[in-house]
Amino acid sequence: MEYVIEMLGIRKEFGGFVANDNITLQLEKGEIHALLGENGAGKSTLMNVLFGLYQPEQGEIRVKGKKVNITNPNIANNLGIGMVHQHFMLVENFTVTENIILGAEPTTMGYIKKKKAAEEIAALSKKYGLDVDPHAKIEDITVGMQQRVEILKTLYRGAEILIFDEPTASLTPQEITELIQIMKRLIAEGKSIILITHKLKEIMEVSDRVTVIRKGKGIGTVVTAETSPPQLAELMVGRQVEFTTVKTEATPGDVILQVQNIVVEDYRKVDKVKGLDLQVRSGEIVGIAGIDGNGQSELIEAITGLRKVKAGSISINGKEITNLKPRKITESSVGHIPQDRHKHGLVLDFSIGHNIVLQTYYQQPNSKNGIMNYKAVSKKANQIIEEFDVRTGDGEHTPARALSGGNQQKAIIGREIDRDPDLLIAALPTRGLDVGAIEFIHSRLIEQRDKGKAVLLISFELDEVMNVSDRIAVIYDGKIVDELDPKQTNEQELGLLMAGHSKKGAQA
Amino acid sequence: MSNRVVNILVPIISIILGLIVGAIIMYASGYDPIAGYQALWQGIFGDMYSIGNTLRQITPYILAGLAVAFAFRTGLFNIGVEGQLIVGWFAAVWVGYTFELPAIIHLPLALLAAAVAGGFWAFIAGFLKAKLQVHEVIVTIMLNYTALYAVNGLIKYVSDGGYKTPTIHETASLRSDFLKDLTDFSTFHYGLIVALLMAFVMWFLLEKTTRGYELKAVGFNQHAAEYAGMSVKKNIILAMTISGMFAGLAGAMEGLGTFGKMSMMNAFTGVGFDGIAVALLGANTPLGVLFGASLFGSLKYGALNMPNAAGVPEEIVSIIIAVIVLFVASGYVIRLGLQKLAKKKEAK
Amino acid sequence: MMNKRKFGLALTSVLAAGALLGACGTNDKEEKGKDKDEPAKGAETTENGGDQFTLAMVTDVGGIDDKSFNQSAWEGVQAFGKDNGLSKGEGFDYLQSKSEADFDTNLNNLLRRDFDLIFGVGYIMADALGEVAEQNPNRNFVMIDSELDAPNVAAVLFKEQEGSFLAGVAAAKMTKTNKIGFVGGMDIPVINRFHAGFIAGAKAVNPDIEIQVNYTGAFDKADLGKLAANNMYSSGVDIIFHAAGGTGNGVFSEAKERKKKDADANIWVIGVDADQYDEGKVDDETNITLTSMLKGVDKAVIDLATKAKEGNFPGGEELVYGLKEEGVKLADSRGAIPEDVQKVIDEYTEKIANGEIEVPDNVSDKDKK
Repeated sequence: MEYVIEMLGIRKEFGGFVANDNITLQLEKGEIHALLGENGAGKSTLMNVLFGLYQPEQGEIRVKGKKVNITNPNIANNLGIGMVHQHFMLVENFTVTENIILGAEPTTMGYIKKKKAAEEIAALSKKYGLDVDPHAKIEDITVGMQQRVEILKTLYRGAEILIFDEPTASLTPQEITELIQIMKRLIAEGKSIILITHKLKEIMEVSDRVTVIRKGKGIGTVVTAETSPPQLAELMVGRQVEFTTVKTEATPGDVILQVQNIVVEDYRKVDKVKGLDLQVRSGEIVGIAGIDGNGQSELIEAITGLRKVKAGSISINGKEITNLKPRKITESSVGHIPQDRHKHGLVLDFSIGHNIVLQTYYQQPNSKNGIMNYKAVSKKANQIIEEFDVRTGDGEHTPARALSGGNQQKAIIGREIDRDPDLLIAALPTRGLDVGAIEFIHSRLIEQRDKGKAVLLISFELDEVMNVSDRIAVIYDGKIVDELDPKQTNEQELGLLMAGHSKKGAQA
Repeated sequence: MSNRVVNILVPIISIILGLIVGAIIMYASGYDPIAGYQALWQGIFGDMYSIGNTLRQITPYILAGLAVAFAFRTGLFNIGVEGQLIVGWFAAVWVGYTFELPAIIHLPLALLAAAVAGGFWAFIAGFLKAKLQVHEVIVTIMLNYTALYAVNGLIKYVSDGGYKTPTIHETASLRSDFLKDLTDFSTFHYGLIVALLMAFVMWFLLEKTTRGYELKAVGFNQHAAEYAGMSVKKNIILAMTISGMFAGLAGAMEGLGTFGKMSMMNAFTGVGFDGIAVALLGANTPLGVLFGASLFGSLKYGALNMPNAAGVPEEIVSIIIAVIVLFVASGYVIRLGLQKLAKKKEAK
Repeated sequence: MMNKRKFGLALTSVLAAGALLGACGTNDKEEKGKDKDEPAKGAETTENGGDQFTLAMVTDVGGIDDKSFNQSAWEGVQAFGKDNGLSKGEGFDYLQSKSEADFDTNLNNLLRRDFDLIFGVGYIMADALGEVAEQNPNRNFVMIDSELDAPNVAAVLFKEQEGSFLAGVAAAKMTKTNKIGFVGGMDIPVINRFHAGFIAGAKAVNPDIEIQVNYTGAFDKADLGKLAANNMYSSGVDIIFHAAGGTGNGVFSEAKERKKKDADANIWVIGVDADQYDEGKVDDETNITLTSMLKGVDKAVIDLATKAKEGNFPGGEELVYGLKEEGVKLADSRGAIPEDVQKVIDEYTEKIANGEIEVPDNVSDKDKK
C-alpha cells in the first residue's frame, strides 16, 4: 500500500512538557483517516507539526515515500497539504473569491485576475459538489457554506491531502450530513483526508481507519470497520466509558422558572427573543434545542440579568426577578454555567481558587468586614477541586488559564452546584469537551435533577439534548416553536423544527 | 537551568548588557566609559549628599509607579499621572502655606489634600469611561494639559501675578534639619516613608481586601465580573480615583518635600510619564515598583554627575540611561536566549 | 509571565551586590583624599586650576543651546575663559538642568569642583541658589535674571523694558498698517517687562497705534508661536516683537512663509535676547528680521567674572544692566531700518540712558489681552 503521508515516531515538547511522544500516523491514498484523542491529547500539535508550524524534536515525515523537512506552512502547501481550520480564517466583508485567492493572488503586472479566479473557483466548486457562489460575501453565507469556502481554499491551492480540524463543531445536523457527502466526494476524486475529531459517531460513519492518541502517546491505529464506539472510547480515555446516559424517569414538581412572553434585544437593538414562554419545574431537565443565533444567548442573559428584558416577565419560585441586577438574581437561587466559559465563566488570570468564589467572595466566611479570608477561600476551593475532580497542576493556586477546557468547566460546574441553586442554567456545558468530561458533566446535571432542582440545558448538540433532557423545547427565531418528549422524537424531526419547518410543513 | 536561577539571572544580565551597550556608545563617541560609569556610581552612592538626593529622586517615582501599576492591575491605563501629580502638588502646597496648624494636623492635611486633588482629577476620567465609554487614555492625556495650564493660572492668581506660590509653613514640610544634617544638605525628606507606606497600602488593598478582589476581577475580565454580580462601572471609577490619589501624593512629595512651593511650569515634570516605565519594570506589583523606582531614580539622579565628573555630554547620558532601562524592560528576550542556551547544552 | 515575587528577589540581590561594590569604591577613594569626593578628573581640576581664577555656570531648563540667555551666558563664560587661558572642564564649565529638581545638585557639584565663581542662570533658579548660597557662606555666586538677597550673591538684572522700548519705537515708525503685535512666552514678570517697554515705546511715537498681544503660555512650543503670528498677520499686523524663546521660532517661520509667497509684503519680526538675524533669512537677498532686542548676558558674565578675579566681587549687591550700561540694546538692522527712523531711536536711547524717560516695567492686566 502506498502512503501519501507518513509521520514516524514524532516527538514534540514544549519546555519539558511532552505534547507528542513517539506518534506514528500513516495516511493511505484515498482514505479518510481519523485522528482521535481527548482534548489536550496532542492532536493539534501533531497536525501543526505536519503543517510546518512546529518542528519536531524527533521522528521524520515522509510525503509519498520521500523524506521531507517541513519548516513552514508554505512548504506544506507546496507539498499539497491543506488545512481546514476549526476557526475559519476568512475576511468577513470579502467575497468568496477574494478570500480564496488571499495570499495567492493570481496577478499580471500587479493586477489581480479576479474574474479568471472566480471562474476557476466555480469550476472547482462544481467538480466537488460544493455549491459555492464565488461572488457571495462571507458575512452573507451560512457557517456550513463558510466551511466549504475553507475547503475550496485548500483545493484552489492544489491540496491533495486535506486536514479537517474538528469540522463539525459548529454545524447543524443537516450541514454535518452534507459535509460527510462532500468528504466522500473528495475521496472519490482522489484526495486523502485526515479528520481530527473526538466525536465517535462521525468516525464510525465516515472514516476508513482511526489513529488514537492519548496524553501525547500514540495508542495505535485500527480499521474502523473492525472496531466499535465503546472500544474507541476506551482506547481514547484509557478506561471504560458509559455511553447512554443512565437516568430514571423524571418526577417534575413545582414550577421554578416561569418565563412569560418576554422580548429581548441584542446589542444591535434588534429583537432576538420575540415573546417567548417557558416553564421549568423542579426535578426536570428542560433542553432547549436550536441552531445558534435563534435567541438562546439573549434568553439566558435575560434570565440571569445580564441583558435587559424589553417586555414580559421572568420569575423564580414565584418571585419576580425581571430586570433585577445579576447579583440579586444569583442570590435568588440561580446557578449559571455560561456558554462562553472564557468570557463570562472565569477570570482566566485569577487562580482557580479565586475563581471558585467569584459570586460568593463578599459573603461570610470568604470575607469579613471588607477583608478577604483567603484561608476560607482556599478551603472551599480545595473541597470543590476534590469533589469535582478538577485536575490542576498546582492545586488551587493554578491560574485558571492553565487548566484544560474540561477542567475549567468542571470548576465552574462545581462552583455553581456548590451554591445549591434551585435553578441551574447550563449553556453549552460540554462544548469542546471530550467523552470523559461530557459523561461527568451529564451525570452531574442529572444528579441535580434527582435532588429536585430545575435544570435548563441549552445545547447545539442534538445528541446531548436528546440524551439528557426530560423535555425538549425547540427554539426558532426567538420563540419556542414546539415542545417534545425526547423518547418520542428523532434527530430528523428535531432538525427540521430547528430549521423553522413546522411539523405540518414537514409533512406536506 | 532551574527557573529560580533564570529569574535571578535575567535582571542581572539585562543591567549588565545595558551597561555594555552604554559603554560602547560612550567609547564610540570618544568618551571614557570607565570614568563615565565611575561618575554615575559616585553620583548615586558617592557620599551622603548623593545618597540623600538619590532617595529623594526615587520617592516620587515610587508613587507615580504605584499609580500607574494600580491602574494597570485594575485593567486601566492611567496615562494622566502627570496631570494628577500636578494638581496634587498644587493642592498640597496651597494647604501648606494657607493654614497655620500644628504639624501633627497640618502635614497629614496637606498630604490628604494632594491625594484628594489627584484622585478627583483621575475620577473625571474614570467617570467618563464608566458612564460614556470614553477611553481613559484620551481623557487622561487631555487632562494632563488641563492640569498644567490650570495650575499655572492658579499659581499666577495666588501669587498676585508672580510665577511661584509662597513657600509652605514648616509645619507642613516633609523636610527636616535632622535629614539635612545627616545627608550633608541634600533635599532628602520624609516623603520616602509616605511612599513606602503607600506601597504597603496598595499591596494590602489589592491582595487582602474584598474590594481589591473585585477591582482585580473587573480589571482582568469585565464580562466575568458582571456575570458574578459586580458593578463594573463603580469599580472602574473607584480604581481610577485610587490611582489618581497615589499620583496626587507623588505631587505632594515635590510640593511638601523637595521644593516647598510650586513654580509655574513651562512643560511637564516627566515624573508621571516615567511612572509608566517604573510600573512596567516592576511588573505592576508594589514590591516591583519599589525596585523599578529605585533603578529609575538612581540612574536619573546619578546621571547628573556624568557631565559633571566625566565630561560626558548630557545627550549621550540620556541615551545610555535609556538603553539600560530598555534592556531591563526587555528581560523577556534575555529569558528566551537563556532557554535556547540551556537547550543547546542539553542537546550536546 | 515572569514570576513577580522572584523578579523582586532578583532585583534585591542586584542592589545588594551594588551596595557591596559601592562600599569597596568608597574605600578606594578615601585613600586618595578625604575631602575630595570626585573621581580623578575632579581632583585634577583643583590641581590645575588651584591658583587660577575659575568659573562655571548652571543652566535652567532651557538648556545650553537655547539661542537665548543660557547660550549667551555660556558665550560670556567661554570668552572669559579664553582671555584668561583657561581650559574647558578644568578652568570653566557648565552643567545643564533638565528639571527644577536638578538645580540643587548641579550647583553643589560645581561647588565640589572648587570653581571660584558660580553662575545660576534664569529667575526660576533663585530659590535653589539662595539655599545653596546660605549653606556655603564662603563661596561666591552670581544670580542672573532674578533678585536674590544674600551677602555672597551678586544678583544681575536687566532692564528689558528699556531695550523693548526701542523695539517699540522702531515698530511704530516702520508699520504701514498702524498695527503691531507682541508674542510673549509665559505671563511672568520678566516677559511683562518686555511687553511694557514695547508698548511704551510704540505709544511714545504713535499714541493711536493698535498693539495686539498674545501670551502663548510656553517657551518651547513653536506651533503656538506660528498660530499666534498667523492670527496677527492675517488681521493686518505687519511687525511682531516676540519674547517667547523657542515659541518665537514659530513666529519667524510664519513670517518667512508669508514673505516667500508675496515678496512685496511688509512683514517683519523683531527678535529677542540674541541677534536673530539668521532666523529671519528667507533667501540670499531677503530677510524679515527687522532687528533684535539684545540682552547682554555675556557682557554681564564677563563683567562680574573680571570684578571677582580682581577681588572686587560685588556680593550682596543687585546689579541692573540697562541701556546706559549697554546691558540691553538693539542689534544692527543691516539696513532694514532707514536712517531717519534710526535717528529717532538714537534720540530715545539718549533720553532713556540719561534718565529723562523712565520706562515702566509692568503692564496692567487690561493690556495683556
